[in-house]
Amino acid sequence: MKVKVLSRNPDDYVRETKYDIQRVPRNYDPSLHPFELSREYTRALNATKLERVFAKPFLSSLDGHRDGVNCLAKHTRSLSTLLSGSCDGVVKVWNLTKRECVRTLQAHEGFVRGMVVRYCGSSFFTIGDDKTIKQWNMEAPGYGEEEEPLNTILGKTVFTGLDHHQKKGVFATCGQQVDIWDEQRSTPIRSFSWGVDSFSSVRFNPVETELLGSCASDRSIVLYDMRESTPLKKVIMTMRTNTLCWNPMEAYFFTCANEDYNLYTYDMRYLEKPCKVHMDHVSAVLDVDYSPTGLEFVSASFDKTVRIFPKDAGHSREVYHTKRMQHVICIKWSADNKYILSGSDEMNIRLWKANAAEKLGVLAPREREAVNYSQKLKEKFQHYPQIKRIARHRHLPKNIYHQRNELRVMKEARRRKETNVRKHSKPGSVPVVSEKEKHVVSVVD
Amino acid sequence: MASPGEADVNASHVEGKGKKKQPPARYWQELPDKEKGENKDEGQVEQQQQEKKKEQQTQKAKKRKRDERPRDGKRVISGKSDPFPGPVPVPQDRMQKFKRNDNIRKTHRKHYKLKEIITRSADASDMAQKQAARFDILLPEDAGFLEGDEDEDTCTISQEDIADAVDITSGAKYFNLKLCQFGPYRLDYSRTGRHLLLGGRRGHVACLDWQSKQLMCEINVMESVNDVKWLHTEHMYAVAQKKWLYIYDSNGIELHCIRKFNDVLRMQFLPYHFLLATASATGFLQYLDVSVGKEVAAICTKTGRLDVMCQNPHNAVVHLGHTNGTVTLWSPNQKDALVKMLCHQGGVRSVAVDKTGTYMITSGMDKKMKVFDVRAFKPLRSYFLPAGASCLSLSQRGLLSAATGDVVQVYRDVWSTPVTKPYMAHRVRGSVWGLHFCPFEDVLGVGHGEGFTSMLVPGAGEPNFDGLDANPYRSAKQRQEWEVKALLEKIQPELITLDPTELGQIDQTTFEQKHQVRVDALGFDPLAKEKFVPKFKKKGRSSAGGVERRKKQVAHEDQRVSSCFRG
Repeated sequence: MKVKVLSRNPDDYVRETKYDIQRVPRNYDPSLHPFELSREYTRALNATKLERVFAKPFLSSLDGHRDGVNCLAKHTRSLSTLLSGSCDGVVKVWNLTKRECVRTLQAHEGFVRGMVVRYCGSSFFTIGDDKTIKQWNMEAPGYGEEEEPLNTILGKTVFTGLDHHQKKGVFATCGQQVDIWDEQRSTPIRSFSWGVDSFSSVRFNPVETELLGSCASDRSIVLYDMRESTPLKKVIMTMRTNTLCWNPMEAYFFTCANEDYNLYTYDMRYLEKPCKVHMDHVSAVLDVDYSPTGLEFVSASFDKTVRIFPKDAGHSREVYHTKRMQHVICIKWSADNKYILSGSDEMNIRLWKANAAEKLGVLAPREREAVNYSQKLKEKFQHYPQIKRIARHRHLPKNIYHQRNELRVMKEARRRKETNVRKHSKPGSVPVVSEKEKHVVSVVD
Repeated sequence: MASPGEADVNASHVEGKGKKKQPPARYWQELPDKEKGENKDEGQVEQQQQEKKKEQQTQKAKKRKRDERPRDGKRVISGKSDPFPGPVPVPQDRMQKFKRNDNIRKTHRKHYKLKEIITRSADASDMAQKQAARFDILLPEDAGFLEGDEDEDTCTISQEDIADAVDITSGAKYFNLKLCQFGPYRLDYSRTGRHLLLGGRRGHVACLDWQSKQLMCEINVMESVNDVKWLHTEHMYAVAQKKWLYIYDSNGIELHCIRKFNDVLRMQFLPYHFLLATASATGFLQYLDVSVGKEVAAICTKTGRLDVMCQNPHNAVVHLGHTNGTVTLWSPNQKDALVKMLCHQGGVRSVAVDKTGTYMITSGMDKKMKVFDVRAFKPLRSYFLPAGASCLSLSQRGLLSAATGDVVQVYRDVWSTPVTKPYMAHRVRGSVWGLHFCPFEDVLGVGHGEGFTSMLVPGAGEPNFDGLDANPYRSAKQRQEWEVKALLEKIQPELITLDPTELGQIDQTTFEQKHQVRVDALGFDPLAKEKFVPKFKKKGRSSAGGVERRKKQVAHEDQRVSSCFRG
């Protein structure tokens, strides 16, 4: 007789001393783990619910301005520094880790219209309603010294927008025309105009650094090459565009914030129709900024909300609002992809998490593993109706909620009317115009 | 001692086909010839290596520049060539064990993003399968076995001999508890296999850590006890008493008396759903959610007294056996049985389902024991036991124990090969009342009229447990952690279906749904048949009678056509 009976030595399965970690022998045999799928689904459901529970995006508000915040600027070298300019001409420099103002200067009389930090981070430029461009040192003046600009240029007209070149000492302003300035000179080295008398913003392309785009008040977006003397081309839309922002990773894409409540992502090579129309705001969109990864962007709107859109999705994945936040004028996505900064009418700058449910601070390895696992699970089961419903749900302020519904009704009515017209007219005489094509009037080269 | 003779399978209600299909070999079956198997393995390994070489060669053609290794594909370390180049090949049968049947359909070329996602996930699951198979080789324990000498039947080997032959700790696992006062006994092992719960017919309930023989509690409920069951941990158990269902903790303190559950005869605990399924004498099948204490479903089966019950551990469907020879399958989501199978002539005495949810074993009053494929609902084998089996139980590795009177017989491979004699047999005192294999141990617990016997059955238990699922050696802290996690991933009772992978399948819109949407959009049914309007004929042929006759003719024609299609 030959016999063997299972006989385990407990020493192989129990830790030796209480200072060791527990032994966990594994056996991945599927028959020992029944209901694999249902359990995973339950885990995914729990992870989705917990994500909603932990979604607390608002971190803090930076107050100190005496008037509405009109513009924000990220420091190009320091993550923790933020500059803000307000409607009374005051510029404040903030330390974000301490969440306090470290420097205040009266830069202009009237609005500070635009602000940008030089690529090296040593100085910054401001423009204001007093028709001046001022360059300031990033270092605060010593004790007893007065705040003095390094450089002041007196322009002929009011400037409305400002951006700095990525690599050279060249910056661009816009107002009645788009001007390219050399830092060393007091007159623009180049001026562009294309039958337009007012521009609202100008932005350099982050990759093709000689390219820039601007938004004009005649409802057009104009593209320029700094090396040429004439603009490249422009696209005219049905409504005015407020600002535009280039995608930092795929720099042939730019997204523009429009007055018609939508954002449009264009491919700079094919301006005939936008690649994507991003809808969800219920009022004019005032500002837009891309995340450094180029996968998402954030928009600020007159409807007192901030929304985050994936770059290729038609609708937002997130909406931020508070009871106190008024019209959001300017928005920035921090360079570490973790935070969003919004400046609004009621004199506050707000710091948000870019990922509402993310835990801040250092994660322990096991914690990180758990987070990654639940992230993957959420991704795997994202299309299941119950999980989708929970993941999509966002609370909206009452008026925005109703306004959204109203807009939906209006849109549906318009669509119905159009189909009715099409039904009762000669076939082909009322063509179907897609949402993308609807908002572009023409492209001029 | 009764030994089975094979009876005709086709005697069942389901007509089988002429030739018997060999069911697929399960992983726990030993290969018929060990050496042969090894040879085969080697052959496979060789083949894999060859394939790998080929692959390498083809790859090399593609990127020769990057490959810095010498061209014969052998890595050279200190002048000697590596005799086993490349990663260790994984045997094919182990790969098969970890195979998930997700056959993703190929998508249209246009959906390039989706295609990429699918390829990536397929790659990941391939890699996981390979890793798991590779890890499987390293598992520390091997299963037990019992082999007789030449012309020695394993069934003649007595328990004493086995207990003498094995080591002391294992030998101590064969023991008898003489409890002749309150018997016969029902029993249950906890999921980790550490704890044993005994319930005597005349009210004696005891729970003990059976390996250390430590008594945790012993009470007499002063009522008849129909069944006992551990709940999710070894701290709570349910006792079906004469009138109500009670829940006690491991100190013997009554936690709950559940008056909604009356006259319970049998219980099953679904560990992943935290459901206690009870079958009562009044014909009710009830589900109790033990995590929140709510009744999930109460189903009136309308089939009389329910005293045969088991669960399918693969899909949590409850099987009930009835006196008219049928076995019915139930889920809490449906008021009617999912399936009704006529299994025996005469009443069903016992049912058992194996852990992969493939086979169901039933025994009936007609003294037969039958094996069914419970996925296809087909009979596979039928055995005749002269004494008939009153209790059945399946072990983790597929051993079947059957109680015939006061003899406990254990069979091996009942579904793959026709069995003529038992693997083991043991006579106990008094008729057998409860049978249960201990999980992760080679032990069979037998409750009978004179108490309890713990039998050694080599090769019954799963040798390697998973520490995160059911760990016999877990500490109190680990148990607490496990409990929290298990409660968090409690599966909702709505997800109990016959096919547990149904949740992962794509819910495609049916033609009816699509058609309904179309009808709603259009306002009329484009596929509807036009109603027959008889043509007006002149010369008096459109008289009322004639019209009616023509209509009838057409109706008759339609009926014939449609019946033709149905046929």
